[in-house]
Amino acid sequence: MTTMYQDRPLGSAVHDAATEPFFAATASGSLRVKTCVSCRKPHWYPRPLCPYCLGDTEWSDVTGKGEIYSVSVTRRAGPTPYAIAYVRLDEGVTMLSNIVDCDLDSLRIGQRVQVVFKPAEDGTMIPMFAPDPG
Amino acid sequence: MGGQRLDMSSRDLMSIRHKACIAGAYEHPTRKAPDKTVAQLHAECARGALEDAGLRLKDVDGYFCAGDAPGLGANSMADYLGLRPRHVDSTDTGGSAYLVHVSHAAQAIAMGKCNVALITLAGRPRSEGSSGVAPRLVGAGTPDVPWEAPYAPVTVNMYALAAARHMYEYGTTSEQLAWIKVAAATHAQHNPNAMLREQVTVDDVLASPMISDPLHRLDCCVVSDGGGALLVVRPEIARSLKRPVVNVLGAGEAIKGQLNGQVDLTFSGAAWSGPRAFEEAGVKPSEIQYASIYDSFTITVLMQIEDLGFCEKGKGGRFVADGNLISGVGKLPFNTDGGGLCNNHPANRGGITKVIEAVRQLRGEAHPKVQVPNCSLALAQGTGGLLGSRHGSATLIMERA
Repeated sequence: MTTMYQDRPLGSAVHDAATEPFFAATASGSLRVKTCVSCRKPHWYPRPLCPYCLGDTEWSDVTGKGEIYSVSVTRRAGPTPYAIAYVRLDEGVTMLSNIVDCDLDSLRIGQRVQVVFKPAEDGTMIPMFAPDPG
Repeated sequence: MGGQRLDMSSRDLMSIRHKACIAGAYEHPTRKAPDKTVAQLHAECARGALEDAGLRLKDVDGYFCAGDAPGLGANSMADYLGLRPRHVDSTDTGGSAYLVHVSHAAQAIAMGKCNVALITLAGRPRSEGSSGVAPRLVGAGTPDVPWEAPYAPVTVNMYALAAARHMYEYGTTSEQLAWIKVAAATHAQHNPNAMLREQVTVDDVLASPMISDPLHRLDCCVVSDGGGALLVVRPEIARSLKRPVVNVLGAGEAIKGQLNGQVDLTFSGAAWSGPRAFEEAGVKPSEIQYASIYDSFTITVLMQIEDLGFCEKGKGGRFVADGNLISGVGKLPFNTDGGGLCNNHPANRGGITKVIEAVRQLRGEAHPKVQVPNCSLALAQGTGGLLGSRHGSATLIMERA
């Protein structure tokens, strides 16, 4: 079976105090995570206070490389099938995302992926992942 | 004080074991109620549970409801029902909330805060066109939404991600998951109120449309209108009524999320709530004669069975196969009403019906074709929210007195 990726409308991104610095970075092609200035642990999704110790947190850029922790092709939630996935970044946190720009039926857990950015309705760049050509 | 071991009497003081009984249980027979309001359905469930117990409205002095109840917390429904509660609790952990309510009601009764606690649930997701492939409605300001909504998480794919990982880690198969639906359907044949009463086979499940890999349509629960109610009462009151006495023995609750980004989909919150309940009840999984296991999807059942200790982690697939969950056939009779997979999932929250069928089993009032002989120890387990991201888990252990 082959299910080629197709773009689907992403709606508008939520812009608030928590997301603004993140989307400013994605606009210039960077993916960032938050790390605690006290305990130094990274976490996802990004919070202003560390979920391990409630310390203050700071942004740091990541490589955007990782592997698929789990993936499911959702086939009946609208006209366009899409692959929802958890991607474990090489920096050690796992984020919910979509896998794009490939045959969705070929995706496997453990597969290497690389971040790409897709525009939301309002132009905000949303990080997603595509198979890493290596 | 610190370091001192609690003796048995102090342990009993700090437990809900034998402190409260479930005296009334009622499941609304409707599965589609376009002509009734949600508030009316709550009231009909309250009336049903009071009639079942042989209690009156004015006996109720504690009221419990969750997010399905219209209005602000318990305010609107307590007023609508004509209650004057001296103890209220609107804890919401999704579909597992009603098991939490039983535990909290038992605690309140043990502390003298109320004598007769009413728990109600009702909703009309079927009439309102709700679906497991539509985005879930959540309140404004929910902190995870900006980070996840663009990826279109819906109910079914947030369970499918857990199923896919379970298959990867442990070799679980779609055939094994299908056996869970087959067991539920076998039971539902005998429930005249069940939404789906037709027997199905493993092949039927596998041939049903793929909704979100690896979950097929028949791996998913029904969307139904309806509701239910429970009455948790002081033991002296339960013994004065003309109904079999069902004791609350132990309970556990937990919230499991994404673990700060250390996502682990191999276990559910039942791994945390289950041991707490077994410890309080003073029983072992092998002693449980009947289990109501939350069945939003087949994978939900499989993971909770492992996490509660009915089998080893990773061996759930083998455990549920070949009819092992079918009453009279297998080792662990489950969801003998047909469960959420076939009978009813009112308000998209299956917790209360899990407790109700466990009470029927303990009273000996389940359908004769599915009644567990001499059922004296039962468990109910709920998982509310999304197995693949954030969910509330609750475990409840009950016995026939």
